[in-house]
Amino acid sequence: MILIPMISGTAVTFWICAVLAILGAVGLVTFTKPVYSALCLALVMVSLAVIYASLGAPFLFAVQIIVYTGAVLMLFLFVVMLVGVDTHDSIRETLRGHRVAVALAGIGVLALLVLAVVQGVAGGSGNVAQANDAAGGNVQGLAGLIFSRYVIAFEATAALLITAAVAAMVLAHPEQLRRKIGQTERAAKRLEAYAESGVHPGPQPNSGVFARHNSIATPALLPDGTIAAGSVSPVLAQRVVVGDPEELWAPHDEVLAAIEADGDDEETAEGLIESDLAIEDAQIEVLDESSTPDESVPDDSAADQGEDSPASVEPEPTAVQVAHGDPPITVDDGYTPADDLDDESDEPKKTTGKKGKHND
Amino acid sequence: MTELYAVLAVILFTIGLVGFLVRRNALVIFMCVELMLNAANLLFVAFSDHYGILDGQMAAFFVMVVAAAEVVIGLSIIVMIFRSRRSTSVDNETVLKG
Repeated sequence: MILIPMISGTAVTFWICAVLAILGAVGLVTFTKPVYSALCLALVMVSLAVIYASLGAPFLFAVQIIVYTGAVLMLFLFVVMLVGVDTHDSIRETLRGHRVAVALAGIGVLALLVLAVVQGVAGGSGNVAQANDAAGGNVQGLAGLIFSRYVIAFEATAALLITAAVAAMVLAHPEQLRRKIGQTERAAKRLEAYAESGVHPGPQPNSGVFARHNSIATPALLPDGTIAAGSVSPVLAQRVVVGDPEELWAPHDEVLAAIEADGDDEETAEGLIESDLAIEDAQIEVLDESSTPDESVPDDSAADQGEDSPASVEPEPTAVQVAHGDPPITVDDGYTPADDLDDESDEPKKTTGKKGKHND
Repeated sequence: MTELYAVLAVILFTIGLVGFLVRRNALVIFMCVELMLNAANLLFVAFSDHYGILDGQMAAFFVMVVAAAEVVIGLSIIVMIFRSRRSTSVDNETVLKG
């Protein structure tokens, strides 16, 4: 009969985790990118945590995961991100014969430690499971030790942690090179600049958010069709293509052309707009902040004139409004149809521009 | 069985030591120190099991606490050096010779 050596679960755990831990440790030393090194260290720590669990130390298993893998390693990763994640270690040897000396030292230390540690194994023959059982559990056993035999060390640990926290705050705090500028001084400076050079003291203009563009990179347009300076953040202006004013005006022009074409066929442009406004009054129509008023003109006129809208107007104008997705906004900004009527009857050719003034 | 744990701990410790001596990046050097502390912890826990007393686990616990405090201080020193010298390479600290 052949005796099959019994393989316990502990041994299986050990061999799997030992291989993983050594692989992780070698990776930690050999990877040139600090992030990879940190992740390899995480592999080592988790492997060791599993080994702790198999060695009858469930409390240390949890602490290893929480403190080392959770806190310490995340701190490492934070700092790696802070101090240049893209830095490579140079492979170049800075000291002559450095690597050889290190290899010799490593082999020597390994030999010495193996001899010393393996000899230390000779004596005992216990099992920590018995100690755990005697104390009523691993955590209870450790708690009993912490608060009796090691209570002084425990208190010293508390002082150490407080000191470390304070020291980290002191060390990581950047030096204040200039005096801090308060809110009052900022306001005074702004008004001073206004008095001297006429710089606008208030906030910068908003970006122009149209029905078609929801992007903050869309510039606000002035009534004459040019871009309002400062309506797009300089950072965005450098990185993103800021909208072209011509392009932003294009839909308005299209709609205006449609109105004019329609007006030539049936009525004058003024009469068209009058009928439009009458309907708006009757319905207590709500106006979109953006270009929807322009588009609503062919809509209503088409309805008035029995579906003979020109080809350039979209077949279902109401659907267009819905498609732009702008919820109706109640007119509460002093905009009245009478204003609009006056403006447009004075200068029927520049309707779009005037409307733009109201909209923007 | 405890011999195996001891050998694993010693191997990890030696790898950490070699990394500590070879690498030039302060962060990686610090990680190698952590690796050595972990190897020592493994030895503590293995011997705790070997002798059947909990004091070894207690020592490993204290090592973890001290390591956490040490990491906090060490990393803030590294961040401070990086702020003034824009580098974490330990070779550049020769300027301290004056």
